[in-house]
Amino acid sequence: MPLTLLAEQALNGLQLGLMLFLLAAGLTLVFGIMDMINLAHGTLYMIGAYLAATVAEASGSFVAAIAAAVVGTAVIGMALELTVLRPLYRRSHLHQVLATFALILIANELVRIIWGAQPIALNMPAALSGPVELAPGLRYPAYRLVVIGVGLAAALLLYVVVVHTRVGMWLRAGASDREMASAMGVNTAWLFTAAFGAGAALCAVAGALLGPLLAVQVGMGENILILAFVVIVIGGIGSVRGALVGALLVGILDTVGRTALPALFRALASPEVASEAGPALASMLIYVLMAGVLCFRPRGLFPARG
Amino acid sequence: MTKKASLLAGIALLALASTADAADKIKVGFMSTLSGPGAALGVDIRDGFELVAKGEGGKLGGLTADISIADDQQSPDTGRQVVERFTKRDRVDVITGMVFSNVLLPVMPAILASGTVYISPNTGPEDYAAEKCDPNFFVVSWQNEDTASAMGQVMNDRSLKNVYLIAPNYPGGRETLNGFKRTYKGAIAGEVYTRLGQLDYAAEIATLRAARPDAVFFFLPGGMGTNFIKQYVSAGAQQDARLYTPGYSADEDTIKSVGEPMVGILNTAQWAHDLDNPANRKFVADFQKAYGRLPTMYAQQGYDAAQLIAAAVRDTGGRIEDKAAFRQALHAARFDSPRGRFRFNTNNYPIQDYYLREVVKDGAGRITNKTIGKVYTDYADPFAARCKMK
Repeated sequence: MPLTLLAEQALNGLQLGLMLFLLAAGLTLVFGIMDMINLAHGTLYMIGAYLAATVAEASGSFVAAIAAAVVGTAVIGMALELTVLRPLYRRSHLHQVLATFALILIANELVRIIWGAQPIALNMPAALSGPVELAPGLRYPAYRLVVIGVGLAAALLLYVVVVHTRVGMWLRAGASDREMASAMGVNTAWLFTAAFGAGAALCAVAGALLGPLLAVQVGMGENILILAFVVIVIGGIGSVRGALVGALLVGILDTVGRTALPALFRALASPEVASEAGPALASMLIYVLMAGVLCFRPRGLFPARG
Repeated sequence: MTKKASLLAGIALLALASTADAADKIKVGFMSTLSGPGAALGVDIRDGFELVAKGEGGKLGGLTADISIADDQQSPDTGRQVVERFTKRDRVDVITGMVFSNVLLPVMPAILASGTVYISPNTGPEDYAAEKCDPNFFVVSWQNEDTASAMGQVMNDRSLKNVYLIAPNYPGGRETLNGFKRTYKGAIAGEVYTRLGQLDYAAEIATLRAARPDAVFFFLPGGMGTNFIKQYVSAGAQQDARLYTPGYSADEDTIKSVGEPMVGILNTAQWAHDLDNPANRKFVADFQKAYGRLPTMYAQQGYDAAQLIAAAVRDTGGRIEDKAAFRQALHAARFDSPRGRFRFNTNNYPIQDYYLREVVKDGAGRITNKTIGKVYTDYADPFAARCKMK
């Protein structure tokens, strides 16, 4: 494999991984701190993308679109937490799964009513729609570089907040022992709402950034939610660091699997077998990784609770 | 007792009503992909289909058309439920509309077992073109290999020697690349199958460029193609290898969402909006008037599916309850297709011409397809000889 191809695929893997991290970070905090399985996390990602597309269409500014999506989705997220999710914290996981699954169905239908069943357009800014020459022979899409940059910035910000601030300390305390944290005077009710809002805002960033690369459509949240769950299971539930490592692993493994596995199969087997088995196995690869991690480290790579 | 009697009377009345129905209207079950990334295709097929009924004041061939429209969401499971409803509850006379072979293939046995006629306005799978050809199965569009074979021929003519192939991993994708390889004589720089519905092609595009092909032949219908073209262009790859495709991914719907980067893409199809014949001029004008946009090949296929039904109803004098006569009329139907010459082969798949189109910016600054040549005349798919129609 030539060096430029390797570099390009590494960037592709990094880009996918960072976007997964934005989703997984919120999911893992909610799951870790509140012990709440929120299937509707992907719905917030969808809402973020739709808000961004609508504002971009109306204002013509991509930056304004992201800002509006972040604020709007955070507000919607916090409203959801206060009204629907809060009564569910004390219930069993099954109740939480059923209730948040209902939220997915309701949200999808609402989006269908408001925006229609067909995908809507969210175009990348014209200035970023071309390639950038990073090295001789290595042209990479400018927009994807920006996505990587924003993803890294968000990861850094999250790291600083979680590790070096008082709020972060409360979050970590809540994740490792909720009752004790609340006994030590942490206002968990307020903390939960804030954490949920922050998770929703990260979803909106991912939704707005991925909108131009994927498609803004009903049901977009469910596909990516599954990947986000794989990420937090690999990384360790409740751990933001685990979410980052898990997301990068999944992003890179998926990219490598999609490109290298079919080529490997072609070298070893007949073209017919390769074209059947290669793509099939490539799409299974991240689940194989998850199964492997579960087998050897059932609590994930970076368990939040000791 | 009286309750039971009135219930029985009610059932008898219902039975009477449904037998009376058969003579004065035709029930059409239209199931297509109307949501998700493939929605643009289903919507165009639907709009083309309804245009015929609208033009006839809600009738098809003189019979009132009762068209029930359903969304298969590009999912075989949803498709099965809808087919169940069409065949068992609604007892429709004709089913039509499906876009994707991965929906059509799993539901087709149930449709054929119920004795209902199916008219495909899009996918024309190999399965029903050869030994398994069925008198109730008609394809008004093309066999899946046809447009790709035409493009293979074009690329030979243009002396392209090293072509990279990419398609989704589902029956329609594999058949399309088989069709291309049937006629293309040069070397294959790479052959990649992606997940159906995949929207991010960064990794595939990087690998593709590293293989340094002369040209790329891709088959990615609907939103997949839109995303692929955008990402291919934003990676600056079109300077190295130009894109060639069957018409599906270079039609007005894709042009509308991709825009400028489409200019220069060559594609093959059985129809183009600028074909010069009276039926096509009427179709394009009517479609634009009704929906305010240019029709795509999908719209033309939906339009012809409805025209085919209307012609068969007319030829049987409205007596569609005689299934054998209705099938015979469908097979022999003559109607003015916007594509020009069209007739059914022995396997109920089309014999027709194929054209080469190029996406251009016309005098008015509009980006659209322009017909630049004819590739095949009276082309028949390679499977018909294996069909022994019952």
